[in-house]
Amino acid sequence: MKFTWFHLMPWPHMPDDFRQKHRSVWVDLPNRMYEPELGHGIYHRYLDQLEYAESVGFDGIGVNEHHANAYGLMPSPNIMAATLTRRTSKAALVVLGNSIALYNPPLRVAEEFAMLDVLSGGRLVAGFPVGTSMDTNYAYGTIPALTREKYAEAHELIRRAWAADEPFAFNGRYTKLRYVNCWPKPIQRPAPPIFIPGGGSVETYDFCLDNTYSYSYLSYTGYLRAKLLMEGYWKRVAERKVDESPYRAGFAQVICVADSDAEAERLYGPHVSYFYNRCLHVYPGFADAPGYRTVKTIQTGALSQFTQSGRDYPSMTWKDLTENRYIVAGSPETVRQQMEEMIKSLRVGNIFCLLHIGDMPDDKVRHSTKLFAEKVMPHLRNLWPEWNNHDDRFWIHPMAERVPMKVAAE
Amino acid sequence: MKSRLIKLKPSGARIEVAEAGKGRDLLFLHGAGGHLPNDPLLAALASKYRVVAPLLPGYGRSEGEDGLRDMLDVTLHALDVMEALDLKKPIVVGHSMGGMIAAEMAAVARTEIARLCLLAPAGLWLDDRPVVDIFSKLPYELPALLFHDVEVGKKLMTAGGGNMDDPEFLKQFLVMNARRLGMAGKILFPIPDRGLAQRLYRIAAKTLIVWGKEDGLIPAVYGDAFRTAIPKAKLVKIAKAGHAVGQEKPDAVLKAIREFF
Repeated sequence: MKFTWFHLMPWPHMPDDFRQKHRSVWVDLPNRMYEPELGHGIYHRYLDQLEYAESVGFDGIGVNEHHANAYGLMPSPNIMAATLTRRTSKAALVVLGNSIALYNPPLRVAEEFAMLDVLSGGRLVAGFPVGTSMDTNYAYGTIPALTREKYAEAHELIRRAWAADEPFAFNGRYTKLRYVNCWPKPIQRPAPPIFIPGGGSVETYDFCLDNTYSYSYLSYTGYLRAKLLMEGYWKRVAERKVDESPYRAGFAQVICVADSDAEAERLYGPHVSYFYNRCLHVYPGFADAPGYRTVKTIQTGALSQFTQSGRDYPSMTWKDLTENRYIVAGSPETVRQQMEEMIKSLRVGNIFCLLHIGDMPDDKVRHSTKLFAEKVMPHLRNLWPEWNNHDDRFWIHPMAERVPMKVAAE
Repeated sequence: MKSRLIKLKPSGARIEVAEAGKGRDLLFLHGAGGHLPNDPLLAALASKYRVVAPLLPGYGRSEGEDGLRDMLDVTLHALDVMEALDLKKPIVVGHSMGGMIAAEMAAVARTEIARLCLLAPAGLWLDDRPVVDIFSKLPYELPALLFHDVEVGKKLMTAGGGNMDDPEFLKQFLVMNARRLGMAGKILFPIPDRGLAQRLYRIAAKTLIVWGKEDGLIPAVYGDAFRTAIPKAKLVKIAKAGHAVGQEKPDAVLKAIREFF
């Protein structure tokens, strides 16, 4: 198993009456709510937490890209990952990822990811999301029905740019470059491991299988509801007659660990509520621009998680969230049991652990993280012995001898 | 109205065409919402004209939307359809998105279109009077946005029936909406400006512009901007009408067209 400690980096100062005062945490929330001088401390606390996660033994540390929102403050995850290259030394840097349809030209992603891979000595996991509709269409203006075609072209350009040893011409529909010449190029050849965040469209299953990319389902509704979707993926894997390595798949999970189940509710309840009721408070009109999802995908019933379940969150109690496994929370033993059930039932080799939740203060983040690392993670390490608990195709290949950093990780 | 399918060359894509009435040929290009069930404007126009109303790919049974990506694609497609329909000196009428397409057609093929009627057309952008973002609206918000009389609008828009709480109907609605507005978004998203302003001077057609005074989607001030930019244009503003001016005041719109052409 590979465990990545993932940070969303939310704005932790949304007021108590946030839902009443604002229709959306994304797209049109006035940025007067953002206070840059507070933001300074928040960014550094969040980066400290990612570095701490490496020090307690997580395999990867993760960041991602979002725009115009208080849910996640990383318009450029690459800037965050760049700071981490100098203060960490072992963990995979999981950038999940860059919304490649949004870059003009998308070659920028090939270049920046190559920079990160070189800086980190070959520790980059590269993610290529389409991006949420809020980010891609409403905040960045991409025409919904052309988003996927643009994405596919950007992907082709990036892979060719990494593979080439000499300049070449790229005559795309959306990008025309007479000289594609990616300096620098990544350490990991032909490319860093690539993870694709997906939400249940068949096209994405095939895209991952065609290219040997890991399919990552990032959901906040827990593993019981994820089962149907992941079964669809594994069914497709079987149909395509490729191997069933669990590392072909990953899942994101909100996790809270305390000394007892009751203590978990007491410690983390308010922050979980902040996350579900404020961070996920998205106006349905921004969740799914018409044309963003293909007709085929809508017909399979895969709608945005922001359109479907958002309405239920305000009425959900801690009991609802834990019993229905939206979150995995409790004592180390409770969490271990549920994690094992999840990993086996979804057949996933990668877990993206969300241990910072909503407006959780630093001491609680570290407490929960430490308990997970010391009392849960070791018991979950050997769940895929037939795969030797590792799949070379879906994990990083750091260079053997890296230069020592002058600034040591804490 | 009757509808039939025509095949476009060379793609072979099928286009649905609604037809009704007798008289002079009138080509009607619908807005982003497509035709309403029992569309009152089409009915009124058909009382005096032979109305021929093709559906844009992505709407109804019309196909081929994947091959239409930008304004020029859509403009040339519409000219292809007009040619295939073999109309005799038609009055070209377009509403909203259809008005934008009609204006583009008349600017690009200035010798082929002699009579043009734009009903609250999209296509321009005024910084101080922004067009409302239709793409982020929820279905229940639309009647108030499109009609001056919201109750009338609600009735007209839901005349086809259907219950949003029924998952199967909802799925069908979402597929239809994704096809239609997905297509419309190629020329309207995120801002409905594809450079029409710099081409309007080319329009040689005698042009009637009609606007609802209470248009809540594209404010009536845009009517003045169109009238100023098109050489031979007249602007008629209709009271107590919203963006769906033709559906809300079909007789007044018919009268304006009859008087002008």
